[in-house]
Amino acid sequence: MKRIALVGMPNTGKSTLFNRLTGAQAKVGNWPGITVDLLSAKLLLGDAMVELVDLPGIYDLRGFSEDEQVVTTFLREQSVDVVLVLLNASQLERQLPLYAQLARFGIPLVLVLNMADEAAALGITIERDALAAWLGVPVCLISAKHGQGTEQLRSLMVRALHAPAQAAPPEEAVIEAALKAAVHVPAQASHRLTEKIDRVLLDPWLGLPLFFGVMFLLFEAVFWLGTPVQNALAAGFSALRAAALEPALAAAPVPLSGLLLDGVYNGLTTVASFVPLIILFFLAMAIVEDTGYLSRAAFLIDALMARFGLDGRSFVMILMGFGCNVPALMGTRVMRSRGLRLLTMMVIPFSLCSARLQVFLFFIAALFPPRIAPLVLFSLYVMSIAAAMLTSLLFKRRFVNNDPFVLEIPPYRFPTLRQIALRGWHEVRHFLRRATRFIVAGVVLVWLLTHFPAAAGGGGTWAAQLGAWLSPVLGPLGIDPKLTLALIFGFVAKEIVIGSLAVIYAREGGALVSAIAHQIDWVQAYSFMLFTLIYTPCLSTIATIRSEARSAAFSVAAVAWPLALAWLVSFAFYQAARHF
Amino acid sequence: MRLHGPAACTLDILAPGESGIILALDAGQALYHRLAALGLRSGKTVRLIRRARFGGPFHVRVGTTDLMLRAPDARRVQVRRA
Repeated sequence: MKRIALVGMPNTGKSTLFNRLTGAQAKVGNWPGITVDLLSAKLLLGDAMVELVDLPGIYDLRGFSEDEQVVTTFLREQSVDVVLVLLNASQLERQLPLYAQLARFGIPLVLVLNMADEAAALGITIERDALAAWLGVPVCLISAKHGQGTEQLRSLMVRALHAPAQAAPPEEAVIEAALKAAVHVPAQASHRLTEKIDRVLLDPWLGLPLFFGVMFLLFEAVFWLGTPVQNALAAGFSALRAAALEPALAAAPVPLSGLLLDGVYNGLTTVASFVPLIILFFLAMAIVEDTGYLSRAAFLIDALMARFGLDGRSFVMILMGFGCNVPALMGTRVMRSRGLRLLTMMVIPFSLCSARLQVFLFFIAALFPPRIAPLVLFSLYVMSIAAAMLTSLLFKRRFVNNDPFVLEIPPYRFPTLRQIALRGWHEVRHFLRRATRFIVAGVVLVWLLTHFPAAAGGGGTWAAQLGAWLSPVLGPLGIDPKLTLALIFGFVAKEIVIGSLAVIYAREGGALVSAIAHQIDWVQAYSFMLFTLIYTPCLSTIATIRSEARSAAFSVAAVAWPLALAWLVSFAFYQAARHF
Repeated sequence: MRLHGPAACTLDILAPGESGIILALDAGQALYHRLAALGLRSGKTVRLIRRARFGGPFHVRVGTTDLMLRAPDARRVQVRRA
């Protein structure tokens, strides 16, 4: 099968084009000699299937970042038939030199100028045929976001595959002449609306309060929209169990029906009822990121981050970590300084990720009145950032940052519904795949531990023994043996914490909520949530830290320190709340 | 640092709204290539839009690209006030 690689600078809409060409069918793959996972998908071009591979966004091929090496290695060592060079049509003057660097690989190129609609709005005119003639490559103007020009791009790809033509790499003078002849930029090409919005959102006094206000409102909205749906789903799952599953399994032997109903079904449905919230959360993140507000956030917060040895990008990664720590950890690759990268990786696992969010939503709903529920959740986000900043202060002298902080601020853009939906779908699919993989195994394991060796009353089960053994350590935090067990399974993945509680208490849905509300009070619940927030996020995160940092010592520190901090914070909170 | 003539200064000295023509980049290879890839090349006009509070980064515009960069990096860009 022939292979096409997609290369371009960051912020040129590379993943939007990739999604536009391939639909939602991308898969993550490993390549020999390549240290990162790359997205690839098969698509039908003309009468043949070809493979499209999305390479990391790069500024330059003469630098030393990992992403640049990935692109260079891939183009040298894999067989690539065509390279799509994606450039921002309104920034050709600065982006065309990347095209010249890519031409040196001797692979047939297709020059794709994205955001043609934006360039036109700025008054920039591009004479496509003249540009193609000067450079000797096929050129097309597209808008990946709205889908204009993608049909023409497809036919150019077909032609490049069938009749490969390789132009000589252009000299700098040729590039300049081509720009002069084919690209006309008006003297005052600026995004007027963006300037107006920035005057408010980047205002010296209003900027930061607005930023925190926006984040707070987003979390409120997610909570307000998601909770009713979540409750309805949970009620539906309980009804289905009572009406259909229990009668159907009535004849089955007790251990089997117990395993299936109390183990697998309760665990899976409790987690499934959280999916609406996860979807809403990712939609909110997609909006903040795709509008261009995230880079403004980095701008506003950088002065503060610099004091903690981090930079605005670290903060963006910490925010991304609120979705899932794993992609955020992988996102630190844009940093060239190893010190900054390690420091950011040390800090990201404190980000309150979506998996922890479902644990908190559950406990908050069970133990706090609806009126203060959003405030409790917000306090956990504040704690999450505080733990991150404390860690950064403590470790900043060990991991010194010498990386330049030079980033593009894109104009504000309205993301399309399709864009947001695709983003949300990718994230949710990823979440579900990761979650279900752990959930069934984890929940069955919990069920076995809580039911064997079969002792009436549950006193002698493995679970009870484990809980009793750890009670001198976790007792002073108000965490009882049942919650201890949930924490142990949360080490594997936070997705299974609620599922395992359903098994430990042998109840689900509303019955589980009221059982927990009767057995612990809000102080214990908050202490449990603090511990859950701060200790190890999950095995996937540890595995990612291990593979990204390539250091066993660093990975051990990244597990041990949060565990110690979690214990200290929960201890301080619980003892203070009990004594004052 | 050697400056080019009386009107020469570094990017961080410009006032918000002021423009300058880039004379030179006093940067190591990696930073030089990054700045160039983002449009900061000698001969280009750069405009300082604003600076974030508390000594935060500079928001500048080169051609059709808006960028942010920190003071230590901005000091490496020598400009002549336009």
